[in-house]
Amino acid sequence: MSVPAIELEHVGKDFVVRRAVGRFRRKTDVVSAVTDLSFSVERGSLVGYIGPNGAGKSTTVKMLTGILVPSRGRISVAGLVPTRQRTQLAQRIGVMFGQRVQLWWDLPLIESFELLRYIYRIPPRTYERNLSTFRRLLDLDEFLRTPVRQLSLGQRVRGEITGAMLHDPEIVFLDEPTIGLDVVARQRVREFLLSANRERGMTVLLTSHDLTDIERLCSRILIIDRGRLIFDGDIDTLKARYGKERVLVVDLEEPGPALQLDGARVIRIEGPRQWIAFDGERLSAAQLTAAAAAQAPLRDLTVQEPEIEDVVRRIYQERA
Amino acid sequence: MLPLSLRTDLEIARRGYQRYAAYPLATAAGAFTNIIFGLMRGSVLLALFADRQRIGAYDAAATITYVWLTQGLLNIVAIWGWQELALRVRTGDIATDLIRPIHPIRALLAAEYGRATYQLVFRGIPPVAVGVVAFHAALPSDALVWLAFFASLVLAVAVSFAFRMLYNLAAFWTTDTRGTMILALVVMTVFSGFTIPIQFFPPWLAAIAYATPFPAMVQTPVDIFVGATAGPPVLVALAGQLAWALAMLAASYGLFALGTRRLVVQGG
Repeated sequence: MSVPAIELEHVGKDFVVRRAVGRFRRKTDVVSAVTDLSFSVERGSLVGYIGPNGAGKSTTVKMLTGILVPSRGRISVAGLVPTRQRTQLAQRIGVMFGQRVQLWWDLPLIESFELLRYIYRIPPRTYERNLSTFRRLLDLDEFLRTPVRQLSLGQRVRGEITGAMLHDPEIVFLDEPTIGLDVVARQRVREFLLSANRERGMTVLLTSHDLTDIERLCSRILIIDRGRLIFDGDIDTLKARYGKERVLVVDLEEPGPALQLDGARVIRIEGPRQWIAFDGERLSAAQLTAAAAAQAPLRDLTVQEPEIEDVVRRIYQERA
Repeated sequence: MLPLSLRTDLEIARRGYQRYAAYPLATAAGAFTNIIFGLMRGSVLLALFADRQRIGAYDAAATITYVWLTQGLLNIVAIWGWQELALRVRTGDIATDLIRPIHPIRALLAAEYGRATYQLVFRGIPPVAVGVVAFHAALPSDALVWLAFFASLVLAVAVSFAFRMLYNLAAFWTTDTRGTMILALVVMTVFSGFTIPIQFFPPWLAAIAYATPFPAMVQTPVDIFVGATAGPPVLVALAGQLAWALAMLAASYGLFALGTRRLVVQGG
């Protein structure tokens, strides 16, 4: 691989916040949204970019798309410097901000696509091909002629995704692309992104609060918190590092006191059922089961694997 | 800069037109209001001619034409102002304009001509037609005058647009632009010659008005239409409008560049 699709070197972004102190005086505070961020993304990868609210995700995406000027550091996207070559870059990237309306509010959806066609100067054949693919995959036909202001959130989001990708961008930045979608539509969007990534080699940087999106789609996860990268790796590494704690759920013959087990602790009791947390690296489920069975007769048991949600919640909480 | 085609501008203009065409009821109500106010303004201004023949180049007949023409022009040049861009800056939606491969001001200008075309047809013609049919407002008989008038109107839209850009762009520095806008609106309605013709002003006030870009938004095309400006001075008037349009558009591009440099997109 030659030039990475996205490259950041020691990037930071500070905001100056003014607040009133007394009647006339104002105090300025410098808030650092992104402290020191370095990473690079290879072409053709599908990367999840996550972090708690206020971690600096949106700020990063805005710097990568040339909307915000970084306070320090160096950024390169598709080999260009975003803020200096914003217009050139715009032609080659697709951006979707889940909470913003990027389509033309008063016009039928199809008119927004037509406008984008001319704004991005999409060749007729590419436009026809992409539009028909997106119509099929995202089920747009029903509301193609409806003014955007009358679309439901789910319909609009599907329209926004189409709008961001009609011009065959090399790199797409998707901020909450499945927001407001039902289970079926969500699955469609995921499949759509996977196929765009596999078939066209489109680089995708995805931020989402729906971690299932991330787990299903992304081969690599970047976790940012307080403006710093705190994790960079794949799902398995993430689970191995932060999700070592597994849970054994046992159903006893009769309700009883919490079992006393070495290297494990009971975290919850409900009648005859007890939840036992243990470190999966130091103790195997079999050993623990045997130890538990020695104390009380068991009727049933299951082992819970760490869910990505729990893993990430734990990371966020640890740092809060 | 990417080479963008005129086709892009035309397509944007077409959608600018469609956006307004989406609300026909509002258009009808607006045109009706314009006509009612035309009646009121006409009777007030005619009272000025009770004991005199003319004021500057305007006699009673030209004043009637002036009233109905300005009633038709007011929406074309957006006399009541416009704050879409300021709102986009305030809400942070400007971010979505910055990720397009076209300069937002250029896209807005293209859309503006679509808007102005719609307003010309549906808000411009009705009051003028009422004026002609019911009050003997006079239409130019010379095709060249019509040509000059439309050229002047195209430039008037550009000047008005650039002025609106400038006060909208203030939103990059202050989060509340209503104050700026109200001030801009008052100055614009008076000095553009929309309230009364600038020729009716005391000379010192007229001199101030003519030193500003505002007459280029209303008074210049109207003077051409009623014949108050005729012959070679028409070319001078058009050149003046063009100069204001270019200077102010350049200023708005400059201001936009400064604004985006210090841009803080809030939230999201």
